[in-house]
Amino acid sequence: MSSLKRIISPVAIVAFAAVAHADVGGDAERGEDLFRQCSSCHQIGAGAVDRVGPQLNGIFDRSAGQAEGFRYSEGLERAAAGGLTWTYESLDAYIKDPRSLVSQTRMSFRGFDDQQDRDDVLAYLRLFSDNPQDIPESAPTAAAVDHEVAPEILAIIGDPAYGEYLSGECTSCHQTSGAASGIPSITHWPSEDFVIAMHAYKGGVRQHPVMQMMAGRLSNEEIAALAAFFEDIE
Amino acid sequence: MKLNRRAFIGTAAVAAGTFAAPLLVRADGHAKPRVVIVGGGAGGATAARYIAKDSAGEIDVTLIEPTRTYYTCFFSNLYLGGFRTMDSLGHSYGKLAAEYGINVVHDWATGVDRDSKTVATAGGHSIPYDRLILSPGIDFVDGAVAGWDVSSQNAMPHAYKAGSQTELLRAQIEAMPQGGTYAMVAPPNPFRCPPGPYERVSMVAHMLKETNPTAKILIADPKEKFSKQGLFEAGWNDHYAGMIERIGPDFGGDNVEVDPNAMTLSIDGEVTNVDVCNVIPAMKAGKIAEIAGITEGNWAPVNAADLSSKMDENIHVLGDACAQGDMPKSGFSANSQAKVCANAVRGALTGSTVFPARFANTCWSLINTNDGVKVGASYEATDEKIAKVDGFISEVGESADVRQATFEESVGWYDGIAADMFG
Repeated sequence: MSSLKRIISPVAIVAFAAVAHADVGGDAERGEDLFRQCSSCHQIGAGAVDRVGPQLNGIFDRSAGQAEGFRYSEGLERAAAGGLTWTYESLDAYIKDPRSLVSQTRMSFRGFDDQQDRDDVLAYLRLFSDNPQDIPESAPTAAAVDHEVAPEILAIIGDPAYGEYLSGECTSCHQTSGAASGIPSITHWPSEDFVIAMHAYKGGVRQHPVMQMMAGRLSNEEIAALAAFFEDIE
Repeated sequence: MKLNRRAFIGTAAVAAGTFAAPLLVRADGHAKPRVVIVGGGAGGATAARYIAKDSAGEIDVTLIEPTRTYYTCFFSNLYLGGFRTMDSLGHSYGKLAAEYGINVVHDWATGVDRDSKTVATAGGHSIPYDRLILSPGIDFVDGAVAGWDVSSQNAMPHAYKAGSQTELLRAQIEAMPQGGTYAMVAPPNPFRCPPGPYERVSMVAHMLKETNPTAKILIADPKEKFSKQGLFEAGWNDHYAGMIERIGPDFGGDNVEVDPNAMTLSIDGEVTNVDVCNVIPAMKAGKIAEIAGITEGNWAPVNAADLSSKMDENIHVLGDACAQGDMPKSGFSANSQAKVCANAVRGALTGSTVFPARFANTCWSLINTNDGVKVGASYEATDEKIAKVDGFISEVGESADVRQATFEESVGWYDGIAADMFG
């Protein structure tokens, strides 16, 4: 399980270093048009097969270099061995400038400079990934979001033992193994992301009724406790 | 609150070694406190797993459950609708035994001696406990539906305990003649899974619409209203217009008699020939609660803070069988109660920190393909009962995307709660 954490943590750093963009819900229709620039090399959808580039079904949350039978560049193989996983951030970085993320990749694409273009393309790609998630901070669509959580709330050190008890309310739905099928994994979330997300539900910024109810009665300390527990859960 | 982080990491393996011995009844003076749990469903399996996991080998946990493969009642309607296989609803107790060190005894609990604190089983064992957790689910009230008893359940299945009854009901629906009638006798409150009968009607309608579109569904219902009624009725109107007729108490839906030989259903004296008759009788706590002498009326009253029986502080009752207040009888509720109970029992037996009780429930229902709805609430323990704090319900007229997301979420929940119960 610690390997999963290693994969997620660098991504989170990328996320927070990146320019914050709150909306992960790009326009998939526009993304489909933009995807024409990709389709000379990549297929997606029913019957998609590897061509110059690998087919892109199920790309979100897939470890890099995993399309069966496709021969990857050494650069991508190396990045894959280093734990690169295709999440919202890594794909965003990759289609912005492929070589900045993966040295010596064979993907000779100049990149989408415009954030909106990238959001739209990713929204389109996301249609062909299993279990599209509805929590923006969660893998595979994890993205940094603007937030208004006060620094003193973010600074609370949570008690993981209390968090473990409280987590019983989460684990009726969220699997501690990190498996996700229709309900996102919250295992090994960076605690700050967790706190921001829960306060967004609590404050009604996010609309999910179950999560609003669950977060609604959690105190700042309880949210911090849960965050501490899930960040380091074994 | 200063708390010590308990190191439970890696204890499953240690516990497994500790408990590897076969079932044997230990003499008094046993070093470790013993918890015996009767019933391996959403309440019992969860309680067993949490006590074993969190006590890290400090508590002996025995789970008495007759079936080797547990079929969840939740999602069994989706089997009727063709959305799930029966296999996908089956779970073994292997992980609870092998990874959590729980002593899983496949036997029927037939008696509770509260003085000597032992549970008797049909297999002839006497199993001692320091704390007993009863999570036996439901049984049916004798004579609740005139003309029906358990000897009629092959002709007129209840299918309200998942497994062979569910498979029988589906086979009967599949064998209905074109234009035939599926009848349901719905139960009075309170009963397991309040939206369950109406989700079932939706799933049966879904199946019939594909294979037998002129078939009819007739519901005799003793209740004036039911869970998610507006959502179900709007869905029935959208998807199955003209197929479903529900007769409530104002038209005699509470005055029902069945004849399993003649396959007739009489509603307020009017006799109808039916092809399938799904009789869901009035319910009560699983028999062992009554045998233990801790029931009052049909259910076992409990204290909200720790689900302890109001009649015996060493016995706790979880899930459908208990009378606790505002929570609906559901697998989610039982799972939620089990975790509060496990924390309290562990605290009582080992001195670990007991945190304040908190409960939640969500019930998802499927009306048609990708048309999921949900209702849920959070609860707290008061001196009097488990009391509702806050809640939500799906709305009529939601977009197809929202309904599909709700269904997908329910599938995720199924996997989540199954992992929470069985490891």
